[in-house]
Amino acid sequence: MINEKAVFFSRVLMETTLTFHIIYATLGVGVPIFIMIAQWVGIRKNDEHYILMARRWTRGYVVSVAVGVVTGTALGLQLTLLWPNFMGLAGNIIALPLFLETFAFFFEAIFLGIYLYTWDRFEDQRKHLLLLVPVAIGGSLSATFITIVNSIMNSPQGFDIANGEIINVNPILAMFNPAMPTKVAHVVITAYMTAAFVLAAIAAFRLLKGSWHIYHKKALFLTLKLGLIFSIATAIIGDFSGKYLANYQPEKLAAAEWHFDTRAQASLVMWGLLNKETEEVSYALKIPYGLSILAHWDPNSIVIGLDQFKENLRPPLYIHYLFDSMVTIGMLLVGLSFIYWIGKKLKWKWVNSKIYLWLIILSGPLSVIAVETGWWLTEVGRQPWVLRGIMRTSEAATTNENVNLMLILFSLLYLILGVGTIVVMTRMFKKYPVEKEIEDRMLEKGGVNS
Amino acid sequence: MSYEVIGITVLWTFLYGYLIVASIDFGAGFFNYYASVTGKGHVVQKVINRYLSPVWEVTNVFLIFFYVGLVGFFPSLAYYYGTALLVPGSIAIILIALRGSYYAFHHYGNKGRLGYQLLYGATGLLIPASLSIVLTISEGGYIKLNGTNVSLDYGALFTSFYSWAVVLLAVVSVLYISACFLTFYAHKAGDEGAFRILRKYALFWSTPTILASFLVFWAMSDHNSEHFAKMLDVSWLFVLSFLFFVGAVYFIWKKKRLGLSFIFVMLQFATAFYGYGAAHLPYLLYPHVTIYDSFTNDTMAITLIISFLAGLCLLVPSLYLLMRLFLFDNEYVQGKK
Repeated sequence: MINEKAVFFSRVLMETTLTFHIIYATLGVGVPIFIMIAQWVGIRKNDEHYILMARRWTRGYVVSVAVGVVTGTALGLQLTLLWPNFMGLAGNIIALPLFLETFAFFFEAIFLGIYLYTWDRFEDQRKHLLLLVPVAIGGSLSATFITIVNSIMNSPQGFDIANGEIINVNPILAMFNPAMPTKVAHVVITAYMTAAFVLAAIAAFRLLKGSWHIYHKKALFLTLKLGLIFSIATAIIGDFSGKYLANYQPEKLAAAEWHFDTRAQASLVMWGLLNKETEEVSYALKIPYGLSILAHWDPNSIVIGLDQFKENLRPPLYIHYLFDSMVTIGMLLVGLSFIYWIGKKLKWKWVNSKIYLWLIILSGPLSVIAVETGWWLTEVGRQPWVLRGIMRTSEAATTNENVNLMLILFSLLYLILGVGTIVVMTRMFKKYPVEKEIEDRMLEKGGVNS
Repeated sequence: MSYEVIGITVLWTFLYGYLIVASIDFGAGFFNYYASVTGKGHVVQKVINRYLSPVWEVTNVFLIFFYVGLVGFFPSLAYYYGTALLVPGSIAIILIALRGSYYAFHHYGNKGRLGYQLLYGATGLLIPASLSIVLTISEGGYIKLNGTNVSLDYGALFTSFYSWAVVLLAVVSVLYISACFLTFYAHKAGDEGAFRILRKYALFWSTPTILASFLVFWAMSDHNSEHFAKMLDVSWLFVLSFLFFVGAVYFIWKKKRLGLSFIFVMLQFATAFYGYGAAHLPYLLYPHVTIYDSFTNDTMAITLIISFLAGLCLLVPSLYLLMRLFLFDNEYVQGKK
C-alpha cells in the first residue's frame, strides 16, 4: 500500500532537512580541526594571535554546533517518522553504526562543554589543547559512523533475506561494505576542506573591509595552506570514489556521466545539454578516454552504460549537472589555494589584491555548494532504491496523510534557524572585532606579546 | 536475563537519565521566565546559567541515545510508532530544535528579551507534554490498526482522561525535579537569595506532583486494568517512591542535607519509573507489540550490548569529569572561576 503523495513529500522533507543540516554538520566536523591546529601553532610559536584565533573560531563554532545538534536530532527522528518501513527493515543492519555515532557525538558534546567553560581556568595552554583533541576526534568519528550508515544503503551486505525477513546478520561486515572507505574518506576530508575555505573567506573579508591586522593575514595563510592540502586530498579520494562507482554502482556513474552505451575508451563529458529523445549530448566538453581512466585506470577499459539497466531502475539524468558542479568547484578551489600559496612564497603582490581577496571570499560559499551538490548527487543517484537492490524508496515511506503539513512546519523552522544563525554570528563578530579583543586581552595580561 | 530484557533495561535507564537531566533543563526555562516576570530574574538566572551552559548539549544526547537504542534493539517497533507519531513527533522535534538553538543563540550571542524568555519557558512545558504522548499511546487504545495501516486516533487521545493525567504529571514533575535540583545548586553556590526563591518553588510543586501521581494511578486502573494489576504486584516500589518523596521534601523544608534530598528525588522517580516500566512488560505497545516480537536479531543484539559497554567505559569517566568541573567544584559553582 503506497501513498504516492506521502512518498513525494517525505522525499522533499528529508532533502530539505539534510540540505540544511549538512551545512552545519560539515562545519561542525571541519572547524574543530582548525581550532585545534591554531591552538597548537599558537603554543609552538608562542604566538598569542593563534590562541586568540582558536577562541574566536570556537565562538562561531558553538553557534553552528547548536543548530547542527538540533537539526541532527530532527534528522534522526525523521528517519523513523518518514520512513517507518525502511527503519523496520534496515534497523536490523544499520543499528550498530547509528549507535556508535551517538557515542562519538556524546563524547564530543561532553568535551566541548568542558573546553568552553574552562577557557581561563588553566594557566597552561597545553591543557586546553588536550581538551580540544576529543572534540575534534568526536566530530570526525561521528561523521565516519553516520556516513557508514549511508554507505550501507548504497551497498548493503552482511545479511541474507528470507521471506522479506533479514537473517544471518553480520553487523561488522555490513559496516565494512565496499562503499564505506571512499565515502567516509571523501566526507571527512571535504568537511576539513570546506571549513578551510569558509574560515579563509572570513579572514579575506576582514582584510577587504580594511582591517589590515596581522591576525587576519596569519589566519588567511594558515587556512589556505591547509585548504590546498585538503582540496588535493579531496580530488584524489574523489577519483577513488569514481572507481568504486564503476565497479559497484555503475548506474549512478553512468547517469552522472550521461554514459548510455556500454563501451571501451569512454570519454568524460563535462557540462553540455542533453537531448532526451536521441540521447545525444551537445555543447559539452569531452575528454577522450577520461571516463575509462576515471573508472578503471585504463584508457581501454569498458565502462558499463545505462543500456544495462531497465528504464525504471535508472537514476534521474539531471545528476550530471550536480556531478559537474561539484568537480568544477573542487578544481577551482585547488587552483585558487595553490596560486595563493605559490604567490606568497614568491612574493607576488597581486595575491593580496582586492580581486583575489574577492575570489577567496567566494570560495567559502562555493565549497559549501560543492558539499550540497555532492550529497544530492550521491542521494539522487541511488534512486529508485533506498536500500540498493533491496527496497525501493516508494516502499519505505510512511503512509501518513500529513507529511505536506510537516514539510511546511519544518521549512519554517529551518528559515528561523538560518536567519537566527546569520544575525547572531554577525552581531558576535561585528560588535567585537579582533583589534578590540587583542586590546582587551593585552590589558588583562599586562601587555605581553605582540 | 534474555537479550530482550537487557535491551529494554538499557533503554529504560537512558530514558530515566533523560527524564532527570531534561526535567532540570525544561523546568529551569520556566523558572527563568517566571522569576523575570516577578522581578527576581537577576537573582535566579545566574545560578541557572552556571549549571545549564556547559551541559545543555549533553542533555540532548540522552534523548538521541534512547531513540537510537530503541530502533536498534526493536526495529519493527519503529514501524508502529513512526507511522502513528508523525505529527506529535514532528511538533516535539520542532520545539526541541527551537529551544536548543535559541538557548545557544541567546547565550553565546546577544542577551535576549522577555519575549524570548517566554518562548523558552513555554517550550520547556510543551516539550514534556508532547513527549509524554509516546508513553500514553504505549498503553494501547489510541492507535487504529487497519490491515497493516497504522494511524493515531486523535479523538480518543484528546478526550481521554488518562492521557491528560499523564500530561499533567509530566509537567508538574518537570517543575518539581528542576526546582529541587536548583535549590541544591543554589545552596552549594552559597547564593542565599536564589536559594530562598527556588526552595519556595520546590516546596510549592511537591504537592501537585504527588497528587498527579495518584491521579495517573487512578486513570490507569480505568484505562488499562491489566497493566494496573501488574503495577499492584510491584506496589512496594511505589510505596518506596512515596517514602523517598517524603524524605526529599522533609530535607528541603528543614534546609539541610540538600544533596541527599536531590538523591531522594532521583530515587523517588527511579522507583516509580522502573515500577511502571517493569509492569508494562512484555508490551512495548499494548497489545500489539511485545519486546519479543519486535526484537532485532541476536547477533545485532550482542554487538549492541558489547558496544554499549565499551562506550560506557568512555562515557562514564568523561561524564564524571564534566560533573567534577561544573557540579562538584565549589569554586565554579560559586562563580569564582
